[in-house]
Amino acid sequence: MRYFLRRLAFLVPLVWVIVTLAFFLVRVAPGGPFDRERKPASPAVERALAEKYHLDESLGSQYLRFLGLKWETGSDGRWHRAPGGLLVGDLGLSLKYRNHTVADIIRQGLPVSLTLGILAFGFAMGFGIPIGFYTAVQRGSWGDWIGSLLALVVICVPSFVLGPVLILVFGLQLGWFPVGLWGAPLQAVLPMAALGLFFGGRVARLMREGMTQSLQSEYIRTARAKGASELRVLLRHAFPTAVMPVISYSGPMLADLLTGSFVVENIFQIPGIGVFMVNSSLSRDYTMVVGLVLLYAILLLVLNLLVDLAYGLLDPRVRYE
Amino acid sequence: MPRADLVVLNGPEIETLDPHVLTGQADGRVSGALFEGLTRFDPVSGRGIPGLAERWDVSPDGRRYTFHLRTNAAFSTGEPIRAEDFVWSWRHAVDPSTAADYSGFFFYVKGGKELVIGTSTNLASLGIRALDPLTMEVELVNPTSFFVDLCAMRIMAVVPRWTVERLGDQWVRAEPLPCSGAFELVAWLPNNRVRVRKNPRYWDAASVRPRVVDFLSSDSPSTALNLYLTGEVDVLIEKNLIPLELNDVLLKRPDFHTFSYLGTYFMRFNVTRKPFDNVRVRRAMSLVLDKWRIVDRITKLGERPTSAITPPGTGGYSPPPGLGQNLCVATNAADRAAAFAANVAEAKRLLAEAGYPEGRGFPTFTYMFNAGGGGGSRTHEKIAVEFQAMLQEHLGIQMELRPVEWKTYLSEMSRLNYDVIRGSWVGDYQDPTTFLDCFLADSGNNRTGWKNARYDALLEQAAGTSEPAARVALLQEAETLLCRDEVPILPVFTYTGLYSYDPNRVGGIHPNLTDEHPVSAMFLKR
Amino acid sequence: MTASPNQRAWMRLRKNRPAMASAFFLALIVVAAWVVPLISPHDALHGSDAQFSPPGGQHWFGTDVHGRDLFTRVFAGTRVSLLVGAVGAAVSLVIGVCWGMVAGYVGRRLDGLMMRIVDVLYALPSIVFVIVLITTLEGLVKRWLGAVAPGFIPMARMLFLFVGLGAVSWLTMARIVRGQVLALRSRPFVLASQSLGAGHLRILFRHILPNVVGIVIVYLTLTVPAIILYESFLSYLGLGIQPPAASLGTLLAEGASQINPIRVLWWLIACPGLVLGLTLLALNFLGDGLRDAFDPRTD
Repeated sequence: MRYFLRRLAFLVPLVWVIVTLAFFLVRVAPGGPFDRERKPASPAVERALAEKYHLDESLGSQYLRFLGLKWETGSDGRWHRAPGGLLVGDLGLSLKYRNHTVADIIRQGLPVSLTLGILAFGFAMGFGIPIGFYTAVQRGSWGDWIGSLLALVVICVPSFVLGPVLILVFGLQLGWFPVGLWGAPLQAVLPMAALGLFFGGRVARLMREGMTQSLQSEYIRTARAKGASELRVLLRHAFPTAVMPVISYSGPMLADLLTGSFVVENIFQIPGIGVFMVNSSLSRDYTMVVGLVLLYAILLLVLNLLVDLAYGLLDPRVRYE
Repeated sequence: MPRADLVVLNGPEIETLDPHVLTGQADGRVSGALFEGLTRFDPVSGRGIPGLAERWDVSPDGRRYTFHLRTNAAFSTGEPIRAEDFVWSWRHAVDPSTAADYSGFFFYVKGGKELVIGTSTNLASLGIRALDPLTMEVELVNPTSFFVDLCAMRIMAVVPRWTVERLGDQWVRAEPLPCSGAFELVAWLPNNRVRVRKNPRYWDAASVRPRVVDFLSSDSPSTALNLYLTGEVDVLIEKNLIPLELNDVLLKRPDFHTFSYLGTYFMRFNVTRKPFDNVRVRRAMSLVLDKWRIVDRITKLGERPTSAITPPGTGGYSPPPGLGQNLCVATNAADRAAAFAANVAEAKRLLAEAGYPEGRGFPTFTYMFNAGGGGGSRTHEKIAVEFQAMLQEHLGIQMELRPVEWKTYLSEMSRLNYDVIRGSWVGDYQDPTTFLDCFLADSGNNRTGWKNARYDALLEQAAGTSEPAARVALLQEAETLLCRDEVPILPVFTYTGLYSYDPNRVGGIHPNLTDEHPVSAMFLKR
Repeated sequence: MTASPNQRAWMRLRKNRPAMASAFFLALIVVAAWVVPLISPHDALHGSDAQFSPPGGQHWFGTDVHGRDLFTRVFAGTRVSLLVGAVGAAVSLVIGVCWGMVAGYVGRRLDGLMMRIVDVLYALPSIVFVIVLITTLEGLVKRWLGAVAPGFIPMARMLFLFVGLGAVSWLTMARIVRGQVLALRSRPFVLASQSLGAGHLRILFRHILPNVVGIVIVYLTLTVPAIILYESFLSYLGLGIQPPAASLGTLLAEGASQINPIRVLWWLIACPGLVLGLTLLALNFLGDGLRDAFDPRTD
């Protein structure tokens, strides 16, 4: 318990370091958020634009302002704290989508990405666990070969190939599912599969590995010797131990699902935030990048903590110090 | 949400709806549906026709325009639109604190340039004043034949003063948003859709047929195509969202329509770097580009190779012959081959004259272009590969390719940190100056390092000339200097756009050079 | 004399048929990747007039938009992809193993600090880092190379991919190695060495490292496919290998546009896709075999 409280306490400074890193990293790249094909009408306009978003200030000053720790003289001549800043929970305006705050965009897109991620997670588990289980139990048979091959194939195909293939076959030619957009339950099927298949393959392999180990252990031999039915042996004894590696993989998997949704959201035109992660780096939308890194950092660290907690609770042998 | 009457795939996600501040064409389409100015774009010709102003008088010297507003001009929230609103709006647009990228259009208005470049801060000095609530007078610097077209630009639109004063930069987030155009805003969901509905207070509401219109966004051409083919989207209006690899097949379908518009694809030479400071080198490199091979094999939309920067038909202006004109006008394969062979021979001679016979001693240099990504087309890359092969084969010079991502591309181009770079320009209005002005010495859009006093002088003289034929002659002389003699740029082809909609279902979309297709003119045929 | 654990592991590996078949296939691919571009009558970089011809006698894999022979290009691309994967994995190996060994061996405060750094980097989305790396440093390095060794300029992007991809994949390796070293540190033979007065470096290299090798090799064979797939993702974004050179990733990203209902030039996606898929499959099979072979539990 103390271990987890310590880790929770570490969360805040850890996130702060990550966010600071992202803040400076993204400003180092060449080009700025307002560089366009067409130059602004005059250098005066360009300056005014930079001033509006405080990009003309020194990096240190911008950083303080971002944190909410910048003091300046206001229009009334008085010395006061510049409004906004991370400390009051204000992530600022997006530099590219100038009429929306970073929080607006996250609020709109995060539920969508989370839904997609969770659905894909469920799909991966629903696809991987049964296949892993079956191939381990039927080890060496044709079923094992086919199942294992299937699990391997889906982790060797990039998602920007798998997605269009799914769309082409199930969406355009067979017409079973819509090819894009979001809102109706049917629209979630293909994206969920496109995102989840890769992880399903990983889960299947982990499950097979775990089951094989578990089936060879002393514990199982004893259970069989005691005369328990095969099914009971498999489900009550082998499965729980076997599923541990899968559980410990869930943390990184959910994290990857959330961060890796760019391709799927791009191909299916899903209004999530996955696309913003990549696009805001490419378009130098500084505030958006930092806001998203903050979000992801918190999500990832909390997820990892929860998974470790679950693992610790489930496996009595694991002890954290 | 129930499906809208008309669903338009608009292009990339819009950045803002504020007509004074926007820069993207996709932004302009949605904003143009919500806000109108003195004139609006005619869907057929793409030129300015009466909008909120029902008529105007022009003074004999062409410098004074008197606009008469419609009596029923009103915002969607009910407030009437008066001349003072226009005066306020235009002053707001040139105000430096608005930081409007396109405020350069106000250079044509008296006092505009000084306000935009910051030498004057008196907003009242802008050449627009209200004579009475329904009449305003605009004073121009020079007679400008295309001024009426300019008034249809988004930056000239009228905005609700009290909302802007109340909410500042974020006034477009007001709910309800007072709109002066054919539609009013219903919902704006980032990366999802913008929904608008017919504005009942619009002066021409009777002719606007769609009741609810959705604008969707996408970055990926294949996604856009899929959405269109399954009927999720009625109109694919953004040219860059058509998968260009399929051009030749798509062109044969009745629901894919091509049109020419004011855009030119060209390459820039950095004339501040050796050996591109030598005009013979530039001319030699220009002559070995087989432009027909590019448009026949790579772009395949039926573009026309060009040797001039200005596309033909720009406000009735015909561009003068540039370097390599012989190739561009050759119609059949035999003529093209002959013209190209002649050009190559000339190019070899020029290169030898420049001191690099058969390419010996010519330094290796880089060609920069922005790499398409995320499913986008790789046209620039393909053109680059072809150009590289042609230079190697015909001149024996070695060109390295340097793809960079978009922002790096813009940054390097602005800093003149390149050898040869790919570029393009899309005209804003139907007059050759929209292209030629780019290459003035002090233009921020020049980005070649090329300065020519004679060129600047010719353009300045043309600006002050009101007699059309004389003006055209001056502009042609300038363009000849640019495209035939000095060639700091290498024009390749003039753009052809492609959009898709089923003509049996959707009407009201017409090809025009300005590439303006107002949604208010579209309708569904039942 | 009984064989050492490592030797026993190799013997077990040799008995694993799919793994050996994969190893053989991979060796074949590597040889082909080197030899085909050298001996092919077609040039991978230069085009011809035969645009988009389907696979046939002259062009076994067909041609692309510039008329380039796809067979030659696929194998030239395989060469690049394998290089990127191998070098990237090597970079991640070196950083990860050193980091993990030091953290696990020294322990306590330094270990805590080093693993916290790993946590921080883990939570930073790698794409941000990669984009910044490629865009920022590439320009600098090219200028420097231009002054020092101009012949290497085209390699700059490839160099960055090696380093960048390796730099984002060493984290898991570090964690694994640290875990292993932590377990080994308290083993009797290490304690014995220490009490005999052996220096730390000697212990690290003579005792700990050989026992870490097994697990490292296993993860290496799983890192290589991951890096190759990540490189293909970067190519999809337009940040991959520069044209006219190609990697399997760029070929695949170009070919992805062929998956449409209008016209499918199938060879442009199927050929690179098949080669990539089979290569990755083989790498995974081999990795499985290695893991089974080096598994201490079956010892």
